[in-house]
Amino acid sequence: MSDILLDFNQVTMQFGGVTALNDVTLQIKRGEILGLIGPNGAGKTTCFNVMTGVYSPTKGSVSFEGKNLAKLKRYEITNVGIARTFQNIRLFSQMTALENVMVGADARKRSSVGGAILRTPRQRHEEKEARERSMELLQFMGIADRAETAARNLPYGYQRRLEIARALATEPKLLCLDEPAAGFNPAEKQELNELILKIREQGYTVLLIEHDMNVVMKVSDRVAVLDFGQKIADGLPADVRANPAVIAAYLGVDDHAS
Amino acid sequence: MPDWLIVRTFWDLTVTGLALGSIYALVALGYTLVYGVLRLINFAHSEIFMVGTFGALLASTQFLNVPLLENGNYPYRTGMTLIIFLVFIMLIAMLFSGVGAVVLERVAYRPLRGNGDSFGAIVLAFLTAFVVSLVFVDEAKINVIIALLGTAPISYAYLRYFKQGRQAPRLAFLISAIGASTAIAEAVGVWSKNGRDQYQTPRLLEKKTLFTMFGTDVRIDYVIVIVGALLMMTALTLFVNKTRLGRGVRAVAQDAETSRILGVNVDLIIIVTFALGGIMAGGAAMLFTLVYDQTRFNIGFILGVKSFTAAVLGGIGNLKGALLGGLLLGLVENYGSAIFGGQWKDVIAFTMLLIVLMFRPTGLLGESLGKARV
Amino acid sequence: MSQVTKVWTAFNGLFAGLGAQFRAMNKWQRYSVYGLGIIALYLLPYWPEVPVLGQIVNTPGSQFETVMNDQVIIFVLVALGLNVVVGIAGLLDLGYVGFYAVGAYVTAILTSAHGNLPWLLALPVAVIISMLFGVILGTPTLRLRGDYLAIVTLGFGEIIRLTAKNMDWLGASRGISNIAKPPSMFGLKFGVLDAKPYFYLGLTLVFIVIFILHRLEYSRVGRAWVAIREDEDAAELMGVNTFKFKLWAFTIGAGIGGLAGVHYAGKVGFINPDNFPLQLSILFLAAVVLGGSGNMYGAILGAILVAYMPERLRNFADKRVFVFGIVLVLMMVFRPEGILPKRVGNEHKKRKAKAQAGEVAS
Repeated sequence: MSDILLDFNQVTMQFGGVTALNDVTLQIKRGEILGLIGPNGAGKTTCFNVMTGVYSPTKGSVSFEGKNLAKLKRYEITNVGIARTFQNIRLFSQMTALENVMVGADARKRSSVGGAILRTPRQRHEEKEARERSMELLQFMGIADRAETAARNLPYGYQRRLEIARALATEPKLLCLDEPAAGFNPAEKQELNELILKIREQGYTVLLIEHDMNVVMKVSDRVAVLDFGQKIADGLPADVRANPAVIAAYLGVDDHAS
Repeated sequence: MPDWLIVRTFWDLTVTGLALGSIYALVALGYTLVYGVLRLINFAHSEIFMVGTFGALLASTQFLNVPLLENGNYPYRTGMTLIIFLVFIMLIAMLFSGVGAVVLERVAYRPLRGNGDSFGAIVLAFLTAFVVSLVFVDEAKINVIIALLGTAPISYAYLRYFKQGRQAPRLAFLISAIGASTAIAEAVGVWSKNGRDQYQTPRLLEKKTLFTMFGTDVRIDYVIVIVGALLMMTALTLFVNKTRLGRGVRAVAQDAETSRILGVNVDLIIIVTFALGGIMAGGAAMLFTLVYDQTRFNIGFILGVKSFTAAVLGGIGNLKGALLGGLLLGLVENYGSAIFGGQWKDVIAFTMLLIVLMFRPTGLLGESLGKARV
Repeated sequence: MSQVTKVWTAFNGLFAGLGAQFRAMNKWQRYSVYGLGIIALYLLPYWPEVPVLGQIVNTPGSQFETVMNDQVIIFVLVALGLNVVVGIAGLLDLGYVGFYAVGAYVTAILTSAHGNLPWLLALPVAVIISMLFGVILGTPTLRLRGDYLAIVTLGFGEIIRLTAKNMDWLGASRGISNIAKPPSMFGLKFGVLDAKPYFYLGLTLVFIVIFILHRLEYSRVGRAWVAIREDEDAAELMGVNTFKFKLWAFTIGAGIGGLAGVHYAGKVGFINPDNFPLQLSILFLAAVVLGGSGNMYGAILGAILVAYMPERLRNFADKRVFVFGIVLVLMMVFRPEGILPKRVGNEHKKRKAKAQAGEVAS
């Protein structure tokens, strides 16, 4: 089994005349937490979308465990083992928290319409298992007390955690979090860090886009930095933080000596 | 069939196809304008057309007092009288359709956009009271009286209950359109003099042959339709491209929010858009009665679907596309019915619609009201 | 708060109170209530004879059980099917009458015009063929944007009707007569005059359909449908094969529509293209939208309103399409979700799950 989970190889992504990603090469190793940072407009979200199979790269390739993602249909991505959350929360607002997670769990099921109508033993077994697993995930995320509340009625913190629970329900190998700390206060961000570490302990690999340095630097094993669609740094958090190119990208080049 | 007969029939079919297609094109403009600006399929546009035909009917029979038959003959007019009469009928038809379109927008769509106004509340209140009165009585005059009595209190309540500031889901717009379309058609079918039967419109124009081309006699009414439609479309294109309001229409079609921020009165633009579509439909309605001398409560439906097909075929949101689509559809329908038989005409149109939507949903010329190219 | 709001709140409170009492009952008590309800429904043809209830419920001008069967039961079946397509999966279908027509015509063809099959054999064949039409129509068109789908389905409905009208093999304008009747069963004879046996049969079909739909709703299929309706892209990225499930919704809806057509054909014995106009699609849609799209019981309520009210209030029978057009507009302006909105969560599983969560969390 290879050490490298996701191989992002010389990827260029163009939309019409705009080049969002320019020859980016990146690898995610099994079991690590990789942080992806960069100033606004650097291409993080595009990169994320290409990695999770939403876009097909204009040039280059993305492989997950050796499989080329470009060939997959969108709903097959979770099959392969990639799950994600969304920057602006996209829960199924009219379903309960439990049902939201169960939709994720359903991805692994084999029974379908016939089984549902006839309530075959396999269907009943799968349904029971999915329900139990989903409850476990809700407990893992600390939100089981509101399992039967409609998603749109949940407090913000619960909603964010619910999205993660739902993604985990698809039994991914790689969990991709898109700005999971947005809107959190410092205490909540600390909790989130602990949660991410807990998730990695369970055996998942994590990819994280974040703006908040407190979150990213503390929790990532490795950090990659994008600027204007190109990767400008890739390494340990401490090294990246001290990297002059990274500092320049965030703060701008200093024209006048102080 | 001898060769010359086929050729002759071919040109016949072409001329009539172009005339029919011109009517489709004019109505298609209404669909395409509203879709371009609001991304909404104005399902009730077909009834706006129908209302226009009834406007033409009223204009000639009531306002101009032209009878259906004069001493056993058609009530032909000639020269200046004819021109003035036709123009008058055209204007009245446009008035009916234009006003109808604007009323439709304010009653059935605007409240769903989250800015229902008192006009919409009043009309909805009247209709509500009318419908409720039907439960108890079925006497048109009494129903209207009860409705008028109930309008004031109900409209007050409605204004308070309008969901201001909240846009309804897309499906709701479509269903509201369907409801409005059904209600308008049924209202005419139930409460007009002939009910669901056909209405004859007086034939003012003697349908002589204007000239002969490729062995086919080209009738004057077909020529008027084609020329009239082209003139109206040119006027519309000039309006959209050269006037301030027209620029507003294109701006809102491209990006409503930005237009609003830049000071464009979006509500006014929407009214203008609907009015333009209505006026075009009114023109089409008058030309329709010119050629076919008849109308009925449900002609809107089939013509509407075909015109919508034309709009989609050419590229919805694209004015030139509406023209191209309309003419093309008219021709295909004619040729098709010559080959397969007249009764399959509608099936051909519907099938064309399905094929276009399945294989090229953006149409032949692509969507483009928002872009500079119109 | 205005007077109206106060009354409405009190009204809601009453129902909520009843609802709470109902949920508080244990399983056996609830099942007995269901049982009583079902028996009462089967006795529906006899309701007009009950003293006070009879006056309220009876339809002047036409025979009660005929109305109940020919109109109400048919509309209920259709609304249940259309609700799956429009309400649950969120696909606007304006040509549902097409599937209804297919069911009726296949029955007619197999039992009368071009065959001699008994009605009971024609039933499954007709339903399967309706479902096939659902697949044929759905496969190329379900990828379209919502508005376009509406127009395409409308075109489909009309194509079916016009094809039937223009093809002699389908009876053309004359239609097809001598359609077989359901066979005698359980002591019931299906003749020409008495509508009661048809009502019992129709009611049974309704219960079967409700049962199947209920099972679908509380399964991954139902969840997938709601997920697709809520946020199709997010659903796909969570592993939901949206196309497959949309097609299933469409197909199941088509099958139920066809089933309604089969029942209709068996009762009336004679059909022609004029029985399947566009206005009927509009009424079907009005039933679902009015009652509450996405909610099975809402659809049933809507069907009862649309089919029954014009008969009960004979006055406006010929104005019924007009009235429902206005009702559609008013509903969309003030309450697009319908009378009974979609329910959230699994009702009867609520208490069990609460108990579990309570145990584990503490």
